[in-house]
Amino acid sequence: MSGAKAEIEIIERNCKGCSICVEFCPTKVLAMDAFVVKVENADACIACMQCELRCPDFAIKVHKL
Amino acid sequence: MAYDYEKHIRPGKLPHIWCPGCGHGIIMKGMIRAFEACGLEKNNTAIISGIGCASRMTGYMDYNTLHTAHGRAAAFATGVKMAKPEMDVIVVGGDGDGTAIGGNHFIHACRRNIDMTYVIMNNSIYGMTGGQFSPCTPTGALASTTVYGNPDPTFDIAKLAIGAGATFVARGTAFHAAQIEKLVAEGIRHKGLAVIEILDDCPTTYGRRNKFRSVIDMMKRLKEIAVPVAAAAKMTPEQLEGKVLTGVLHKEERPEYTEQYAQVISRAKGA
Repeated sequence: MSGAKAEIEIIERNCKGCSICVEFCPTKVLAMDAFVVKVENADACIACMQCELRCPDFAIKVHKL
Repeated sequence: MAYDYEKHIRPGKLPHIWCPGCGHGIIMKGMIRAFEACGLEKNNTAIISGIGCASRMTGYMDYNTLHTAHGRAAAFATGVKMAKPEMDVIVVGGDGDGTAIGGNHFIHACRRNIDMTYVIMNNSIYGMTGGQFSPCTPTGALASTTVYGNPDPTFDIAKLAIGAGATFVARGTAFHAAQIEKLVAEGIRHKGLAVIEILDDCPTTYGRRNKFRSVIDMMKRLKEIAVPVAAAAKMTPEQLEGKVLTGVLHKEERPEYTEQYAQVISRAKGA
C-alpha cells in the first residue's frame, strides 16, 4: 500500500537541474537523474509542498491525493 | 491541487532565461500567489521594470507590463500611477537597477509615498551585464570589477527606503518562499509606497567568485542569516552579528501622493 500523500509531476522541459528541491525535501522523495530531477521515493511524500514552492523553474507540481 | 501559475504567465514563455538555481523564479511565483491573494485583475494591474535579470520578469507576466530604461522603472511607474491612479502598480527590479542607476528615482518614489509596490530582488551583483559590483555587494566581496575585494560599504535597502520616507518596508529571502507571498500581499494592500526587499542568490556571477560551491550553499546561507523581527527583539547584538532582519520592518500611515495631487488639481480648477 502506498503511503504517498501526493503525486509529484515533473515538467522536465522546465527543469534546469538546480537541485534545490532535492536538497530541501524533508523526506528525500526527489533525486537528480543527470541534469533533471526525478521522483525516487514517491511513497515518502508528505505533501508539504516545499519542492513546488521553491522550484524556481515552474517544473514541479504537487497534486495532493 | 497544484498551484496554477501558468494562467499568470504569457503562453510559451517557459522555461525562462534565469540561470539554474537563480531565486528570481521563486520570487516571481511568490508574487503571483500574492497577486491572486489580493485579487488583482490583469486589466487593472501594471508591472513595470527597468533593466537586468530581475527586470526580465515583465516579459513573462501576463499583465500590462512596461520594460523600461535602466534604473527608470520607478519613474515610469510614477507616470502610470499618476495617469491612472485606480490601477495597481507593481515595480520590479534588481539591486543595481533600483539603488545605483535608479537610486534617485527610488528615493523620490519613497519620499512621495505614491501608492505602488516596489519589489527589489537583491542578489548583491549586476548579474546580466557580467557580475560588476553593485551598491549592495558586501564589503570585501569579489566581483568582475572588484577583483581584489570590494572596498565600498554596502547599502541597506530597507534602511534607505525608511529614511527616504517609504511607509511600508519589508524584507524576505528567496529561501523563505511562503513568506514572499505574505510580504508582497501586505505591501499591495498598503496605501502608499511599499518596498519589499527580497535577498536573492546569483550563483552564476556572485556565487562562483565568492566561494559558494553550489546553489545549495547560497540557499543555506540565506536560511542561516535571516532572523525574523520578533525573534531578533530577544537576541543580543552579538547574536545578531552577521544576521539580517526579515519580516515587516516599518509601517506607518502618511498622505498618499496621487490623492494629494488630486487636491492640487481641484484647487487649480478653483473648486
